[in-house]
Amino acid sequence: MNEALSTRRLVRRLVFVVIGMFGFGFLLVPIYDVMCQAFGINGKTAGAYTGAQSADEARAVRVQFLATNAAGMQWQFGPQADQISVHPGATQEIRFVAYNPTDKPMTAQAIPSVSPSRAAAYFHKTECFCFTQQVLQPGERIEMPVRFIVDRDLPADVHHLTLAYTLFDITSRQPPVAVNATSAPAKESLQ
Amino acid sequence: MSAVIDDHGHVGHDHHHGPAKGLSRWLLTTNHKDIGSMYLWFSFCAFLLGGSMAMVIRAELFQPGLQIVQPEFFNQMTTMHGLIMVFGAVMPAFVGLANWMIPLMIGAPDMALPRMNNFSFWLLPAAFGLLVSTLFMEGGGPNFGWTFYAPLSTTYAPESVTFFIFAIHLMGISSIMGAINVVATILNLRAPGMTLMKMPLFVWTWLITAFLLIAVMPVLAGVVTMMLMDIHFGTSFFSAAGGGDPVLFQHVFWFFGHPEVYIMILPAFGAVSSIIPAFSRKPLFGYTSMVYATGAIAFLSFIVWAHHMFTVGIPLTGELFFMYATMLIAVPTGVKVFNWVSTMWRGSLTFEAPMLFAVAFVILFTIGGFSGLMLAIAPADFQYHDTYFVVAHFHYVLVPGAIFGIFASAYYWLPKWTGHMYDETLAKLHFWMSFIGMNLAFFPMHFVGLAGMPRRIPDYNMMFANFNMVSSVGAFMFGATQLLFLFIVIKCIRGGAPAPAKPWDGAEGLEWSVPSPAPYHTFQTPPDMSDVHEHRKGTGGELTP
Repeated sequence: MNEALSTRRLVRRLVFVVIGMFGFGFLLVPIYDVMCQAFGINGKTAGAYTGAQSADEARAVRVQFLATNAAGMQWQFGPQADQISVHPGATQEIRFVAYNPTDKPMTAQAIPSVSPSRAAAYFHKTECFCFTQQVLQPGERIEMPVRFIVDRDLPADVHHLTLAYTLFDITSRQPPVAVNATSAPAKESLQ
Repeated sequence: MSAVIDDHGHVGHDHHHGPAKGLSRWLLTTNHKDIGSMYLWFSFCAFLLGGSMAMVIRAELFQPGLQIVQPEFFNQMTTMHGLIMVFGAVMPAFVGLANWMIPLMIGAPDMALPRMNNFSFWLLPAAFGLLVSTLFMEGGGPNFGWTFYAPLSTTYAPESVTFFIFAIHLMGISSIMGAINVVATILNLRAPGMTLMKMPLFVWTWLITAFLLIAVMPVLAGVVTMMLMDIHFGTSFFSAAGGGDPVLFQHVFWFFGHPEVYIMILPAFGAVSSIIPAFSRKPLFGYTSMVYATGAIAFLSFIVWAHHMFTVGIPLTGELFFMYATMLIAVPTGVKVFNWVSTMWRGSLTFEAPMLFAVAFVILFTIGGFSGLMLAIAPADFQYHDTYFVVAHFHYVLVPGAIFGIFASAYYWLPKWTGHMYDETLAKLHFWMSFIGMNLAFFPMHFVGLAGMPRRIPDYNMMFANFNMVSSVGAFMFGATQLLFLFIVIKCIRGGAPAPAKPWDGAEGLEWSVPSPAPYHTFQTPPDMSDVHEHRKGTGGELTP
């Protein structure tokens, strides 16, 4: 019957729409990431910055550092200075210290966030321990550098910004390679 | 045209094709009227269950301090109340009304996909059985709010969250199948000459609602699937540790969630657009603009989702865009309210129970719309966010909006369903008790919300005590009154004055051309609608021969 045929065709089309929208739900994930990085939404910072800028000596911006442990993380983790004053355009370095007080090797991942979030797009990291994962043997302690440039185009009404790290325990996801404790090399910096 | 339906009223003919006997009638039925009834009963059971959870909430909030339940259980009550009311009470009630009325309204013999119809209904008891069973599991049921924000619903969720996810999947599949069925029925099974612009607005609003469902229920299924993968398969969609982002959850959820709130109200718009003209004895004012306004609301619902998340830190341009887009929704909604009022203007009004609920719908829904506009103002929303003002707002659009719309529809079509008139005195009592109870319960929430009382908290500051006590009294009154509704419906099914084919003298539409109660099979030979004017030709509804 003609009617049954057209119903079948309609239903097939609607099912395609359903499948398409299910896929669209997942497509929102990369779309969201792209939007966040393009506009600095939600304090998300981009990956390693390769450009260079000249320092704007006339202007000073206060950069504050925060370190937080995610739930269940036992490392001691903190910046070497609570805040520093920087000139936009100049490359600065700050070190964070992490110490594994447990008796197990552990892997950690630090997630950065910049506040106010509209300043995130103007905060460039040329080197950051958050680009990689950290593996600490029991009792091991490391200093981890962050090199960053505050963009010269930072909006004029932003006078200080905050770089916050949350440290997550991802040992179960990325089991650390067991290292013989006696021959553990002193780590100067992370690769 | 009346000749067409005569043979269906013939008892001997009907006997051979009547319903099967016993339980198998309900398990195996593919009849749109049976399935519609089952949806409506299911939704009423869910309404009472979700309502009794609201009673627990209001009993705990009767006084400050913890008296009756512990915070953990209180959280499960708020969560389950929301989930059951949204997915178990309001949505199935509208699907039930659609099943019963759409074929009758467009002159179709049944829904286009009757067996799928049966399946989509019977998924619901499975889904809600699963959902409610989580309350009895170790660790308790969902306790993260009906919006189930990650990481509350992933990292910090009780073990039973997996069952919650599966239940959402099942009810999502059920809704999608129901929506596909509605679209196929409306687009393919209209009687000859029943053009789109001759359809009653209930059919129009349901067509648009069905497209909304088809578009957003898969996104809901997607977001719970992501949760499932985060919880069990080590992905990090919403976990910052693995590069995900909890805020992403809110974006995806509200991309579903905002159209969802229109899914819960558009069919009520349609029903009220039939009821108000019937009791004003005038054709609906502005039929065409009603259709376009519904379409505009549906379109706008896709581009306003972030107004639920003004406080998460979206850029200023984003806040402005979502603020203005949200306010824009007031325009088509205003068109609708204007049309309803204009329909009543200089009409010969009578106030039977359906009309009482419909008029209350217009007034109270408008109040809810105004508080929605207040919430849409991004800078003000920082103050209102997650307070009882939000609770007051969405209860004003859902209780006198969706629920009153369903009550109005039920009273309006009960004579057609049962063949008996309901008890008008009791129905009016039901209305006034509901009206007073509902306003007592929800109006004070505006005040405590503006004063800063947070939602989803079992205890509160002493300064909110009086208003909360008033709210609780109103809620108990509203809740108890619904048992009266159950009584009225049962009384109407069991007996009462016999209903004529068209019990309301001002009513329009094909459904009134079949006898009351509607025979088991109707419109097996479709009526010819080609000589009936379209609404837009100005003469209004002359759809009844």
